[in-house]
Amino acid sequence: MANEAVVTINTDADVVAARQKGRELATELGFVSTDSTLLATAISELARNIIRYAKHGEILIAPVQSGDRVGITVVARDKGPGIANIPLAMQDGFSTSGGLGLGLPGVKRLMDEFHLVSDANTGTTVTIKKWKR
Amino acid sequence: MEVPILKQGLYLIASIQAALSDLDLVHLRDALAEKVGKFRARGVIVDVTVLDVMDSFASRTLRDLAHMTRLRGAETVIVGIQPEVAFAMVQLGLTLEGVDTALDLEEGLAFLDKKTKRHPSRG
Repeated sequence: MANEAVVTINTDADVVAARQKGRELATELGFVSTDSTLLATAISELARNIIRYAKHGEILIAPVQSGDRVGITVVARDKGPGIANIPLAMQDGFSTSGGLGLGLPGVKRLMDEFHLVSDANTGTTVTIKKWKR
Repeated sequence: MEVPILKQGLYLIASIQAALSDLDLVHLRDALAEKVGKFRARGVIVDVTVLDVMDSFASRTLRDLAHMTRLRGAETVIVGIQPEVAFAMVQLGLTLEGVDTALDLEEGLAFLDKKTKRHPSRG
């Protein structure tokens, strides 16, 4: 099975690097092109949030298997200030006018699974999964 | 990576060649706002055919670009958004509201011709 990759996120160029890594792995695993695009876009948003709110962090991109299913899991981790109001951050305004403007409801819509852990002491970890169709 | 900007008649055409960082996009926005004045352009085409991801920052920057050039007296049309990219954008709630779009360069030129057509002067 393909290898996992960790991309350190420090600058805006790393956002591009992270999403390209995601697309590479998706292509390698035989994802349909649309799903590769959805995955790359979600990674881009998560990487962007790291730079904007935490300055530094990392994104792990790894293949996952569950029974017959093959997929990709992405873990975006930072030690930033954390999200004070998670329900508000997940509130869907379907645009920047609603929620906190983190784009997290949008990322959730792009993916099959979405998990968010955040607090002021440890920072924020977003875990997303996309299964191959 | 800098985006080449070509002048064709009254129009400026920015043809994106590869994935762009945030900084590249901001440079493109500012360069076009400036060049509209320098070349007295009436229309701007931004060709995003090669972009495989259009995230919130890219969408916002293109929207700002279109509004800035309009304030400078030129119409902007974004061309070449790929179907998969459009799908991802809609899922994210990025609709480029208030920004003109066209299928490709050819349609973009036709759109600008129609939009910037000057009314015949009365006489």
